Amino acid sequence: MKKGKIVGLEGSFAVSEAVRMANADVIAAYPITPQTHIVERLSEMVADGELDAEFICVESEHTAMSACVGASAAGARVFTCTAGQGLELMHEVLYIPSSMRLPVVAVIANRALSAPLTVWCDHSDMMAIRDIGWIQTLAENNQQAFDLTLCAYRIAEDREVLFPAMVHIDGFYLSHVIEDMTLPEDEEVAGFIPEYEHPFTLDPDKPVSMGCYGPPFIYPETKKAQEVAFENTIPKILETWKEFGDLFGRYYAPVEKYRMEDAKIALLTMGSCSETAMLAIDELRAKGEDVGLIRLRLWRPFPFKEFREAVKDVEVLVVLDRCVSFGMGGPVCSEVKSALYDQRKKPNVVGFIGGLGGRDILVEEFEYLIRSALEKVKAIERGEEIKMEMIGIRE
Amino acid sequence: MEKEEGDLFVPRLVTTEEIFAPGHRACIGCGEALAVRLVCKALGKNVIIVTATGCIEIISSLIPQTSWCVPWIHTLFENVAAVMSGIESAYKARVRKGKIPQAKEVKFVGFGGDGATTDIGLQALSGAMERGHDFLYCCFDNEAYMNTGIQRSSSTPYGAWTTTAPVGKKSIGQATWKKNMPEIAVAHAIPYVATACPSYPFDLMDKVKKGVEMEGPAYVHIFSPCPTGWRYPTNLTIEMGRLAVETGVFPLYEVVNGEYRLSFDFPELKPVSEYMKEQRRFRHLTEDIIEKIQARVEKEYLKLREKAGVK
Repeated sequence: MKKGKIVGLEGSFAVSEAVRMANADVIAAYPITPQTHIVERLSEMVADGELDAEFICVESEHTAMSACVGASAAGARVFTCTAGQGLELMHEVLYIPSSMRLPVVAVIANRALSAPLTVWCDHSDMMAIRDIGWIQTLAENNQQAFDLTLCAYRIAEDREVLFPAMVHIDGFYLSHVIEDMTLPEDEEVAGFIPEYEHPFTLDPDKPVSMGCYGPPFIYPETKKAQEVAFENTIPKILETWKEFGDLFGRYYAPVEKYRMEDAKIALLTMGSCSETAMLAIDELRAKGEDVGLIRLRLWRPFPFKEFREAVKDVEVLVVLDRCVSFGMGGPVCSEVKSALYDQRKKPNVVGFIGGLGGRDILVEEFEYLIRSALEKVKAIERGEEIKMEMIGIRE
Repeated sequence: MEKEEGDLFVPRLVTTEEIFAPGHRACIGCGEALAVRLVCKALGKNVIIVTATGCIEIISSLIPQTSWCVPWIHTLFENVAAVMSGIESAYKARVRKGKIPQAKEVKFVGFGGDGATTDIGLQALSGAMERGHDFLYCCFDNEAYMNTGIQRSSSTPYGAWTTTAPVGKKSIGQATWKKNMPEIAVAHAIPYVATACPSYPFDLMDKVKKGVEMEGPAYVHIFSPCPTGWRYPTNLTIEMGRLAVETGVFPLYEVVNGEYRLSFDFPELKPVSEYMKEQRRFRHLTEDIIEKIQARVEKEYLKLREKAGVK
């Protein structure tokens, strides 16, 4: 097992190191808070010759993703990163690499969407892109930001995958905070990510036409093919994470559990607030409560099997969404309920919304969620209708 | 135009191979398809072509068939230059890193209609030109969003009927003057800008060859008469192109490192009415509007002659 060295790095710098070690060929990115440190660090690396890549200073995020598509189609290993409004601006383009099976790798420094203008963290940018067909994973700390970015290249470019992959890192909480982490040596990483070789590239020696016109007589078949292939990426994701763990000692799973052994009540979180939630779980456990925490590491393809297995003995599942889907509630909660609906044995699910626009979620608020959820479960059993609560609002 | 010695032999220098394969779904008399065919012959096969959503893309790439005998990619409407920037950078990086042999020398070419170029794709094109990528961009200008049904673009000429600037009790059709896209390209200080027309095939092919061979960004604006959208008889496409040039409506010129050169000079321009009279999109125009157009065309043409140093 490789050792590496302990360093203190911002999430942005950790991601940049991963891109450098992956030896990306083309980087096309547009600066936007809170991702700016990634593009700046990568520009520095290229300027100093630490990374041999073409850094395209594109004039917008739409162009950033389009350039990545072109470069990937031409056989290059690519990278881009964005946040919030930038992710929205490239929305149209996001469907292209997934439909065209191009392994673009992107890191999102999750940022809340305007209006009003905000640069701080929530998951509204992530939730707006659930359907794009990218492999999506979440980091909770800078170590994971680094590890998952490396793994993203390995997974995306695998001949049996060939789908774009995204790593979500909470804006500011991870991008701008220095944490200690283990950084492997360059040589330790070499060999983990093989050379990128797409079977069909833009090459005059073997001409192909890409992005053709598909009327109704053929479009559904292309989508069926895409969905089947996309669902079949899960074994490769698991295989890659296993190999990564064997090499570097850190193992990742689609759904990760914290103190779930005999938990009757489980909290479900995504992103950096999960580590705060762990403190709450510790405090409640110390008081004798059977509570645990599960986090989604893999968001797309949705890990149905692993998720259902993780909650099979849970009586109450408390979901915290860091986004509001107006008129519907919390998107993650909706998906969780949908994933459980057909199960004969399933927990009561109570959802909350919190942490919008960068509002910190405190340890005591996690404890409140659990207490409140238990009250709400009783109310539902009495036949009352429960509305999804948005916590921490100053009324 | 005087016939010069050797004119008869020039066609024999053009490849007979159809790099833009026949069998595509273009309208009868499509000036754009003709232009694309000629451009492809001039480019040869060591190219990668990026195309925008538009007439050319949909007529040539209906799954499972393709007209493209060279590597070709289409993604969206407004990002030809952006995708191109990525492809060009990919090759640059991979050649430098020893993954592709230098000798491969692939050329990168973008095709966009006037919609994709002067309107929705202008940002991407401006960015790519400013960054100095090594590519040739060809705008196939049929003066409206033809693929979606003849809606106006900023390239639609003054007074023309389109479905979104239609002629009516309160409208003469297009109420603004055609955006001067070649001048916008010139303003980016790129090495080569040219205008061309398939009615002058050898001039067009020469310009394409020049543009693609020059290092850095090159822009060729190609007049593409459209019988369907301009409403003229389908057999008059070549004629329309010639009249546009001979009336000064679409002058042919090059700008090589900032220096203007007229490709053909017509000290006595034919009246614009000769060009416009066969096209139903102009049929509603009154004398005074035609005079307005005539005056403007003459003014612009004189300006151009001045820039080209022609007395």
